[in-house]
Amino acid sequence: MTKKRFLDIAVPAVTGLCVLFVIVAIGAIMINIIVNGWSQISLKFLTSAPEEGMTAGGIFPAIMGTFYRTIIMSLVGVPVGTLTAIFLCEYVSANSPLLRMVRFAVNTLAGIPSIVFGLFGLGFFVQFVGPGMDSIFSAEGQIQWAQPNILWASLTMAVLTLPVVIVSVEESIRTVPHDIREASLALGATRWQTIWRVVVPNSITGILTGAVLAVSRGAGEVAPILFTGAAYFLPNLTHSLSDQFMDLGYHVYIMSTQSPDVDATRGIQYGTTLVLLCLTFTLNAAAIILRYRMRKRVNA
Amino acid sequence: MNIPDSTHPACQRRHQRSPFAIGGEKALEWLIRLSGISAILFVLAIFFFIFREALPVLFSERFSLSQFLFSAEWYPTSSVNVRYGTLALTLGTCAVTALAMVIAVPFGLGGAIYISEFSSPRAREALKITIELLAAIPSVVWGFIGLTMMSKLIVTYTGAPVGVNLLNGGIILALMSVPIIVSIGEDALKAVPDSFREAGIAMGATKWQLVYRVLLPAAKNGLLAAVLLGVGRAVGETMAVLMATGHAVQIPHGILDSVRTLTANVAAELGEAPVGSDHYRVLFLTGVLLFAITFTVNITADFVIRGFKKK
Repeated sequence: MTKKRFLDIAVPAVTGLCVLFVIVAIGAIMINIIVNGWSQISLKFLTSAPEEGMTAGGIFPAIMGTFYRTIIMSLVGVPVGTLTAIFLCEYVSANSPLLRMVRFAVNTLAGIPSIVFGLFGLGFFVQFVGPGMDSIFSAEGQIQWAQPNILWASLTMAVLTLPVVIVSVEESIRTVPHDIREASLALGATRWQTIWRVVVPNSITGILTGAVLAVSRGAGEVAPILFTGAAYFLPNLTHSLSDQFMDLGYHVYIMSTQSPDVDATRGIQYGTTLVLLCLTFTLNAAAIILRYRMRKRVNA
Repeated sequence: MNIPDSTHPACQRRHQRSPFAIGGEKALEWLIRLSGISAILFVLAIFFFIFREALPVLFSERFSLSQFLFSAEWYPTSSVNVRYGTLALTLGTCAVTALAMVIAVPFGLGGAIYISEFSSPRAREALKITIELLAAIPSVVWGFIGLTMMSKLIVTYTGAPVGVNLLNGGIILALMSVPIIVSIGEDALKAVPDSFREAGIAMGATKWQLVYRVLLPAAKNGLLAAVLLGVGRAVGETMAVLMATGHAVQIPHGILDSVRTLTANVAAELGEAPVGSDHYRVLFLTGVLLFAITFTVNITADFVIRGFKKK
């Protein structure tokens, strides 16, 4: 075999092995989690609260806590992110310095470590906004908002996931053809009417994709909620915005590191991890399918 | 064709929008402008409010900035002699990140080259989707993997006394960074014009020569940016390193030593530091330091990418 022939086979083989190795390694890890977690998961595990000092029972409050906080997060983050993307596409020209500044800020925001968002949530919402709200809304001397709760955790997470929404919505707004915008404007519609009746309906898939990706990212993050609202154990479900909450990811962390008997609760840890993984994968698969349909429409 | 009279009802209707609608529209447009710059406001607010919590400690007599940056002695709760040196933590972050990159960069770039150059279109789509799904695995899950499976493997194969250490954190961070490096690296390789490849093949280059002499030089900025973004992710990663690297605040001497990183230190200690104490403020100062480090890494990556787009 000549050297040329050898290299022609070896280079694709070696680089292919790189991909294969990583996928097989991570795949093996995932299979391990699925095998260990599957035996734990039952209807009771998913629908009951922890019992006997967290060594038995289920993870229902954690599922609901994660559910609530991602809902609150999306209610705030998705509109703001969408409006930002609309601003970037419809209100500033492609070479304006403002566009570059906003884009740079979005990139910066995406690169800030998640624990720094946790510090921001504590320093801004809990220590700054909270006392302000207490001095207006709460009775004298009573602390209601100046403490970690689900609202602050969700808002912190909304800031963290903002770049995900912006990038996804912007991509889809840019695919809306210019002629239909111009047609709308030519018919006498105002800029806002054009946006609301033409641009937004045509990029709804992108907004959905952004929302789903943000929920997936937000649901799995733990560092930002460590000090802004997550609780180890709560006797009741979260009822109000000023309550703390239990959380799936936080549950995995706390059960596997701080629980009095780590080995006795391995089953619960694997079960919770599997639930969290299923949630993330389902959401991301949904986002991939949405995006695929969007791109097919553009190419058609 | 008769020109409609401007007093004709059809022409008037346009002016008949209620002041409510017009005012509402104005308000909405201002809301869009405000949201539009919200990302800028948030970046500034994050820096400001973290710095605001950290600021008073800079004037505390028990704190000195040079000790904070250059001393390895971290004794935040000592009752006799409190010392806030983060050097061991900074070196811990550097060591874990460096080890992760040593593992992740070859796999990541190799993977990017394979997906972009050698796989069939169908396989490429499937691989990109797989990589995207792998990138979405939450960091707390990675931490759990490090704590359970990886630490067992490390104890079995290296004979280390504890399985949560630098090596563990490095492997976990490498597995987390590979998907990022692959997907951004693949974008960079895709941006190399096909004419380069055709010219290379026409000159009789082997696949190795094509990759090494044509594609890598042409895409080097994009690939460098991919690596830098991987570094950014590894430096900022919190939960995974918190759970996988052990808890010893020390300058690591070997890859089987336990270490603690800047991020993990904040996550581990802020819950116990009383609000307003020096300890609490020093942890916020660590946050400022982390912000500065990742900001620098990302801004460098940004410049590098801009460079590769201009070409």
